[in-house]
Amino acid sequence: MDIPYTVTPHPETGVFNAKAGIWLFLASEVMLFGALFTTYILLRIGAPEWPHGELDVALATVNTAVLITSSITMVMAWASLMMKSFGKFRLYLGLTILLGFGFLIIKYFEYSHHIRMGDLPGKNTFFAIYFTLTGLHGLHVIGGMIVNSYMWGPGSKMWKTEPARFTNRIEVAGLYWHFVDLVWIFLFPVLYLL
Amino acid sequence: MDFGDTQAIKKHVRVYVTVFITLLALTLITVAISRLHLNVPLAIAVALFIAAVKGSLVASYFMHLISEKKVIYAALILTVVFFAALMSLPLFHHSNPIIEHNVP
Repeated sequence: MDIPYTVTPHPETGVFNAKAGIWLFLASEVMLFGALFTTYILLRIGAPEWPHGELDVALATVNTAVLITSSITMVMAWASLMMKSFGKFRLYLGLTILLGFGFLIIKYFEYSHHIRMGDLPGKNTFFAIYFTLTGLHGLHVIGGMIVNSYMWGPGSKMWKTEPARFTNRIEVAGLYWHFVDLVWIFLFPVLYLL
Repeated sequence: MDFGDTQAIKKHVRVYVTVFITLLALTLITVAISRLHLNVPLAIAVALFIAAVKGSLVASYFMHLISEKKVIYAALILTVVFFAALMSLPLFHHSNPIIEHNVP
């Protein structure tokens, strides 16, 4: 059975089905991270004191730049397909995947340092919410990298048979990836700078 | 923007590059302002304002929300309403004397 409206817009919504689906999914993700941000505010308001200077701002700034760069390479991967340039698509999506790895490697160094210093979630409320928020975000990065790797590798065969549908898939994967970047844009000042 | 419309997409690419440079600049500005050690309410307001500007740029241009269909806007407006309700919960907690009195 063919999946309907993978290329042409659905007459009711005006968008192809996967785009409507990913936006609804992202709406649920907003609520998930929103609940955790609310938890953070409640914990911080209720805390008699809040630690400062426990995290490495320089590493987090580099990581912010890495994720922002991965966002433009992701959108360039989609734009390359729109211009029917499959070679550039693979280059840009490959870079996006590598930048995702780069983000996780930097996060690994941060986590390793905290573990060595005994700064674990049980130490205080700050590290509990820090590991929860960044850990959940990290899982989202891994999820995005798995999807992007599939699209870069075996999933890209679709370009030969259904190029418009494949381009829509990359747009949907990109929407998710940009959302992951967007979440980090708020996590960075909230956890590292304030 | 149609599939294969190279000229239209090239214009968009120029916008993406501009947004990218702006995002990097705003990140550096956020870090620089944090080193000024402003008082806490002002520091929170400035940092969240810059984050909101950066988030809007990502959503508007990289996620194409600036030219999206009504159904997507409708879903997101509903999300914003619920998100705002969620974010206002700490205010209710903070002003509720019954909860404060019952905390051991």
